[in-house]
Amino acid sequence: MFGKLSLDSIPYHEPIIMVTAAAIAIIGATVFGLITYYRKWGYLWTEWVTSIDHKKIGVMYFLVALVMLVRGFADAIMMRTQQAIAAGGAEGYLPPHHYDQIFTAHGVIMIFFVAMPMVIGLMNLVVPLQIGARDVAFPFMNNLSFWLFAAGMILVNMSLVIGEFAKTGWLAYAPLSELKYSPDVGVDYWIWALQLSGIGTTLTGINFFVTILKMRTKGMTLFRMPIFTWTALCTNVLIILSFPILTATIVLLTLDRYLGMHFFTNDMGGSQMMYVNLIWAWGHPEVYILILPAFGVFSEVIATFTKKRLFGYKTMVWATAAITVLSFIVWLHHFFTMGAGANVNAFFGIMTMIIAVPTGVKIFNWLFTMYRGRLEFTAPVLWTIGFIITFTLGGMTGVMLAVPGANFVLHNSLFVIAHFHNVIIGGVVFGMMAGFTYWFPKAFGFTLSEKWGKRSFWCWLIGFYLAFMPLYALSFFGAMRRMQSYEQTSWQPLMIVAWVGAVVIAMGIACIVIQLIVSIRDREKNRDLTGDPWDGRTLEWATSSPPPNYNFAYLPAVDSIDSYWEMKQQPGGFKRELATSFEDIHMPKNTAEGPIMSLFGLFFGFALIWHIWWLVGLGALGMFVTFMYRIFNEDTDYHVSAAEVEKTEREYHKRLEMQA
Amino acid sequence: MSDIHTSHDGASHGSYKSYITGLIISIVLTLIAFGVVMVGDFSMPVMMVTIVITAIIQVLVQLVLFMHLNFKSEGGWNVISFVFTAGILVLIIGGSLWILHNIHVNMMLG
Repeated sequence: MFGKLSLDSIPYHEPIIMVTAAAIAIIGATVFGLITYYRKWGYLWTEWVTSIDHKKIGVMYFLVALVMLVRGFADAIMMRTQQAIAAGGAEGYLPPHHYDQIFTAHGVIMIFFVAMPMVIGLMNLVVPLQIGARDVAFPFMNNLSFWLFAAGMILVNMSLVIGEFAKTGWLAYAPLSELKYSPDVGVDYWIWALQLSGIGTTLTGINFFVTILKMRTKGMTLFRMPIFTWTALCTNVLIILSFPILTATIVLLTLDRYLGMHFFTNDMGGSQMMYVNLIWAWGHPEVYILILPAFGVFSEVIATFTKKRLFGYKTMVWATAAITVLSFIVWLHHFFTMGAGANVNAFFGIMTMIIAVPTGVKIFNWLFTMYRGRLEFTAPVLWTIGFIITFTLGGMTGVMLAVPGANFVLHNSLFVIAHFHNVIIGGVVFGMMAGFTYWFPKAFGFTLSEKWGKRSFWCWLIGFYLAFMPLYALSFFGAMRRMQSYEQTSWQPLMIVAWVGAVVIAMGIACIVIQLIVSIRDREKNRDLTGDPWDGRTLEWATSSPPPNYNFAYLPAVDSIDSYWEMKQQPGGFKRELATSFEDIHMPKNTAEGPIMSLFGLFFGFALIWHIWWLVGLGALGMFVTFMYRIFNEDTDYHVSAAEVEKTEREYHKRLEMQA
Repeated sequence: MSDIHTSHDGASHGSYKSYITGLIISIVLTLIAFGVVMVGDFSMPVMMVTIVITAIIQVLVQLVLFMHLNFKSEGGWNVISFVFTAGILVLIIGGSLWILHNIHVNMMLG
């Protein structure tokens, strides 16, 4: 009846897991109770769960990402604690089978369920507003993408309490991830969590690619698009081209594990090296999927807060495009030591160094934008400057790793760990935090506390250097990655420094939470009534904060880069005047099909993990029927009446007048 | 390509004539490919080259006449996306073959 699932699958004997589970249960029950007490279930369902509003979907993505950041960070600090104590024969407090799950979960969560939703969340919130559109090209698909992603996220979290997670490292290299070496459900959780969320990501990529190409407002040619939209476009191209590789590779691994096939096994003609090759053919574009939108955020932030047009707009665009193409020709640098030989290694080493050139172009563009500008040191600007310094350093250690000879020494050592945290924290996390602070008022109508934002930045910056600089040093002493314990007691002092760094980062995360609480408490003081709190340059600041669900009562027309800024510079300035007449606006309707399909998808994935075949069938049938229902559902759109648009706009202008 | 029409929203639609033309060319190309193997006394290289060339033309015929790929529809975006995707495919598949071939040789697996 329940396949491999039984009560023994729950790890009662592991106190750490049981305490965590109890804590999650208590928090979950509290949230559930509060929602029920305040009778908010209906509101949640109609305003959020079934919403196809890109702004709300963006907010939900970012919220999930912040929650998962705490989960992923809990894994991180457990690993740091283990390594700080497990020296010279000491075993620490985490047995190997638990430690291995933790480093796997940390990697999977931080990339797929923190960095990706932050990037996609910002894209959702900002891109349609920046291009002057009322929604994305496929609003239902957008809602479905989010809920598929959420189903994958739920699966990963279920593995904490029911069964276990993979012990293979975040990319589940074959043949370790094959049935013979990983017979338990850990890898299956990995497979289905990534498949569900991966399909969501692919759909998002298609959605935003079409949105940016087809739904730009009048006059917005490609070379008048804001840089964030450009980087989003290139990221979506990368998603469309690379995520199918991930999906197909995982399908092959699934066939190996479920049907006894031999794609990546050692015998019967399989090739485990093909697995490594394929997973990185996706994996390298993936890192650019994450970093390009962060580059976009920095470009917007720097231009806004120096009150200058971005230096070298066109070179910025071409650098982004060059990175998009080059990111497909460097994947072998993740496995120089696999034995492809000097010629192959030299080619991919050189390509990797070449990709540093367009990135360097971008760095200089940001520096020249700041040069002789009136830079305001707000929290987003601090994140940006912290990024420029930290990311440059991480880029240089990346070029060091790109030298095949050096790579043979550094491969699988802590140097690699220090390098990619250097670029992912210093690049993606700083970028997403800058974007979060910068666009928060657009989403909610009030600004975030600058004081707590800056505190968070300093904790993250100092914490990062304390936590990862020691790892560079340790790698030269021979410390490898993924060590559960080590003999050399001489490494321990630096490991303890790294632990202190992780604690400082924890304070940075706490500051983000406090920042949110304080800002929500003081929201009346920090209202953004105009919709343009930073004196911005791009179209998203031309509408109110938060924007009405139709974004713009009239679609704006554009005739230059930073057109909104140009409008404000006209004699007399930009006036937010009330239009004299209004039109009906055609909008998509909310839909429950996305969450329902994903719920069946969750059943489907969970059942496959535990070999509960009847539930597999039920999940598949449920998804199919819901999908068919959607296809034959004609009632998917409506018109916001002109009267309602007028009412909303009048209220906005009343607020504006009250402020004036 | 005058008988392929581009509608006001930029999407391209085929015509009766273009489908018939495509069908005939496809059949002829298929016959040629089968023919060199079944009928003639051609050498191996000649057969291979003929089959590859007819296959490539076949793909182009289907893309243009059946799937309406042309420079006019969607402002040329269809063609650009297609060429870019094809380029990336060549890079990844070619690169993978090159890498694994080298690994095979270097590890003396064969």
